[in-house]
Amino acid sequence: MQLDYFQLIDRIVDLNLDTKTITVEAQVPAASTIFEGHFPGYPIMPGVLLTEAMAQSSGWLLLGLMKFERMPFLAMIKEAKMRGFVNPSELLTIEAKVEHEGSGFAVTSAKIRVGKDLKCNAELTFRTIPFPSPDLRGYMDAMANKIGFPMQAIING
Amino acid sequence: MSSTYDQIANIIAETCDIPRDTIKPESHAIDDLGIDSLDFLDIAFAIDKAFGIKMPLEKWTQEVNDGKATTEQYFVLKNLADRIDELVAAKNAGAGTGS
Repeated sequence: MQLDYFQLIDRIVDLNLDTKTITVEAQVPAASTIFEGHFPGYPIMPGVLLTEAMAQSSGWLLLGLMKFERMPFLAMIKEAKMRGFVNPSELLTIEAKVEHEGSGFAVTSAKIRVGKDLKCNAELTFRTIPFPSPDLRGYMDAMANKIGFPMQAIING
Repeated sequence: MSSTYDQIANIIAETCDIPRDTIKPESHAIDDLGIDSLDFLDIAFAIDKAFGIKMPLEKWTQEVNDGKATTEQYFVLKNLADRIDELVAAKNAGAGTGS
């Protein structure tokens, strides 16, 4: 994770376009200015960042399903439940699944675990639109390479 | 009114917290009921699930933007019910031919 750059996931562990599921990992940093305020003497990951991590995981899954031809943007968060604290240095395993692919939108369910403990889950809705900027497309390609997005899955799909 | 209309009206009432008795077949989802695009995503999700279809919202929006259709054709509820019936019929016809 690079919290200051809003890069909340580190690597894709598994992407299955047939089952429309993805598993990613993210290492919570040991130190961050965010933890200085959230909270002094008791640092925990903010729920909004955990939600963003679930959204980014879902987003990579949708990018794969859409063959990087469209970009998903978070539009709605439902049933977000923060079930347990997430502490500095913990390794997150994030799973997401597509619940529905609509016309111009998609709905996913996502969850974050630390070890076997379920820490949070949510249902997320995304608007999907053609890439609005070539720079964004280039950035997503670079990020895909950085986090080990399996481009072969798209070619085979 | 058709059962399709009733299902749509119930979905809208539940999704947007609009009193069911204020929703009429002649109601325009946007102009009369004040449903915005984000709420309509929620409605589309519920309708897609309920009828096992994929409402072509992007195609409809494009047709309206291009002046090839009016919003009334798609967003007046009795017309929306007709469009959904057409989509369901097309889906069933496709299933019948094995395609």
